[in-house]
Amino acid sequence: MPPITALSTASRGALAGLALGCIAAGASPTHAAGVLTVAMTAGDIPVTTGNPDQGAEGFRFVGWNLYDALINWDLSRSDKPSDIKPGLATSWEIDPANPKRWIFHLRDGVKFHDGCGFSADDVVWNLDRLNDRTKPQYFTQQFALSRAYMTLYEGVEKIDDRTVAISTKVVASMFPYDMAYVPMISRCRAEALKYDWNAYAFAPSGTGPYRYANMVAHERLELVPNPEYWDKTRIPKQDRLVLLPMPEAATRTAALLNGQVNFIEAPAPDSIPRLKSAGMQIVTNTYPHDWVYSLNYEKGPFTDIRVRKAANHAINRADVVELLGGYAIEGYAMVPPALPYYGKPVRYEYDPKKSRALLKEAGCLPCKVTFVISTSGSGQMQVLPMNELVKSQLEEAGFEVTFNVMDWNSLLEVSRSGLPKYIELSGYNISRLLQDPITAVVKPVGRTYWSPAGSNWGHWQHPESDRLVNAIFNEFDAEKRMKLLTQLHEFESEQAMMIFVTHDVNPRALSPKVSGFIQAQSWYQDLTRISILP
Amino acid sequence: MFGIIFRRLVYAIPIALGVSVVCFSLVYLAPGDPLQTILPADASAETIAQIRHEYGFDRPIPVQFLLWLSHVLQGDFGVSIATRRPVADEVLGALANTMMLTSFAIPISFLIGYTLGAIAGCFPGTTLDRVVTGSAVMGVSLPNYWVGIVLVIIFSVELMVLPATGMGPKGSAAFNILVWGDAKFLILPVITLAMVPVGILARSTRAAVAEVRGLDFVTTLRAKGLGEWAIIRHVLKNAMPPVLAVMGLQFGYLMGGSILVETVFTWPGSGFLLSKAIINRDIPVLQGAILLLAMVFVAANLVVDLLQAAIDPRIRRA
Repeated sequence: MPPITALSTASRGALAGLALGCIAAGASPTHAAGVLTVAMTAGDIPVTTGNPDQGAEGFRFVGWNLYDALINWDLSRSDKPSDIKPGLATSWEIDPANPKRWIFHLRDGVKFHDGCGFSADDVVWNLDRLNDRTKPQYFTQQFALSRAYMTLYEGVEKIDDRTVAISTKVVASMFPYDMAYVPMISRCRAEALKYDWNAYAFAPSGTGPYRYANMVAHERLELVPNPEYWDKTRIPKQDRLVLLPMPEAATRTAALLNGQVNFIEAPAPDSIPRLKSAGMQIVTNTYPHDWVYSLNYEKGPFTDIRVRKAANHAINRADVVELLGGYAIEGYAMVPPALPYYGKPVRYEYDPKKSRALLKEAGCLPCKVTFVISTSGSGQMQVLPMNELVKSQLEEAGFEVTFNVMDWNSLLEVSRSGLPKYIELSGYNISRLLQDPITAVVKPVGRTYWSPAGSNWGHWQHPESDRLVNAIFNEFDAEKRMKLLTQLHEFESEQAMMIFVTHDVNPRALSPKVSGFIQAQSWYQDLTRISILP
Repeated sequence: MFGIIFRRLVYAIPIALGVSVVCFSLVYLAPGDPLQTILPADASAETIAQIRHEYGFDRPIPVQFLLWLSHVLQGDFGVSIATRRPVADEVLGALANTMMLTSFAIPISFLIGYTLGAIAGCFPGTTLDRVVTGSAVMGVSLPNYWVGIVLVIIFSVELMVLPATGMGPKGSAAFNILVWGDAKFLILPVITLAMVPVGILARSTRAAVAEVRGLDFVTTLRAKGLGEWAIIRHVLKNAMPPVLAVMGLQFGYLMGGSILVETVFTWPGSGFLLSKAIINRDIPVLQGAILLLAMVFVAANLVVDLLQAAIDPRIRRA
């Protein structure tokens, strides 16, 4: 090869460019254009056979990407709480002749990923899949995972190809919210696979904005855009979505800094300064989340409203938020202030003297209480240090606090069984998913939801809340119902129903190359708008 | 030789049975419920009863165990509660991924641990001995998941020369050890996993070498004029059997997969699988994984015993 000085200028330039290219290629990892790689906090890939597991992340990353429900969640805005909107049903209304019968009008021209058309037969088939043990499509796992949303469901009938009627067990004005949690899967695909659900898990078919591409069990799920998605505004802008379960926060942070992923859920608060200094985007938003102590209203100190108020006055919520590096909102009520039925609840300001005075008046000083807490869990935030802080605050105000510490699975058993099995407990610490008003403010007080049949763990009952719940269920005017929900929320706050502590803001960390993400005020998020800058 | 193998295989049966009974009992004694992860918070009593019946959890525990055992004897380990996939597929796949780590971690830890321990044992009481012993104690004492995180910070985040997590850019299904882009995913978890066995093997070797050096035959060899290096060769050979036994146990420990290390590196091995199964009370996966791991332990110790017999003629004569 001749000396470089003997080469022409063009040749020298080409050589230099080649050399620089080699250096660049060797120095940094190469990224495929437009691939969004997400590190989830989930310990495993959520199941792809319909209703997902792995909590809200299951719906967020798999359920609502592969599938639609009759009613979807509006995730397009960050400035107001997410609510329901038409999905595979364009509209719905109550049957004027029967308030326990809902008529759903189905969207025309929708196809599943496998090319089969969507019709009323698919709705009937799907609801039978979740409820009717005599049907070949019945799948126990899906029956279990969908139970929370089928409690009011009675039956379904096809009226015509584009119309179904769904009956409820009682008059339930907010039943449509339940239908927003029921994905519709492809009957064609399930029948083609002869209801082999293991095979279906590796070849799922829905109507959602993403199609299945590839899965390595326990390791990664790859989805690609569905170019024929019926909502043209939500055809994904990336080439590929890769989902990786990564339960360890330090690992997620390292993977983002290293470039292996470009979107991570829930970075540890103390890693956020490091992420920011590396140029990562930190996004947060209020969302319908609550971190509370659910209380025992049948036995023990919290049967007395003065003790419940005392506990709430004992909490220094500003300190809790500081513990979390500022990534939380002080919680003074059952739901965060952004929700439309927040109203004007009683605000229990930090006042340990007042707290002590209330305990003295109630004849409970010192006031011995025992709570169950977990070591981790979905939405539990930094559960151990937060509980330690709350314990010290309660004890400063005159409580004597004992914690029974257990793992998440064991705490779920306590939560589900409730009273009378755990009658000796004063309460337990839990994060609450408040995605819809029923879950947020109705179930904690409804008599029909008394544990173990429901999530009214401590057996709350009061004539006023009974009256309001009954009125809400029977009120089909949205504006009037909102006023009733607001009244119920304010009543629950006035009663100091729980020990209110904080609301999460769900921090996420994104690579600077990720563009277009709008963090909705929801447990679910829309990833379709995201594009990856070169 | 064949007698040893046959006897060990026969011993494996009551071991397998005992391990299964203990594991089954412990899981049921622990609080929590295998259906917690799939049942909703407000499932009615009828719903819970129906699901419990369909999953077979309403039968008496001894009946559940015997049914499970009868299926296992036919090669059917059942299906995972969480994923509904066959347990055998889940466990064997995870074991293969852990084997990938172990097949590097064991020789590395043996070579380094044995060498360090031999040096320390041959020069007892010297600065070299103290340095090696101190390092071995540190290796055993430092939490390996913490070391793993530190290694990730240094090599993945700051220097960006190695990946932080996973088994290959496309996952285990596409992993090719012969491709550098995949093989580099092994480096940090192997180093992290090897740390504890290095310390244990170094200390065991040091103790064995020091003991053998004090035996009469070494004095005799020296009196007969044998060179020091030749004596050391004899000493090391005689110190090998107990070290091999320790290595066999370490192999079993590594095949169990360090739950913490595999979680830090999101390595899809048996440790990661076990940790999820414990958290979710996924009893079929727990039973299947622990049974297979117990058999791996038995097989590993059999191999070690055979190696010991091959090295030590006294064992062969016995």
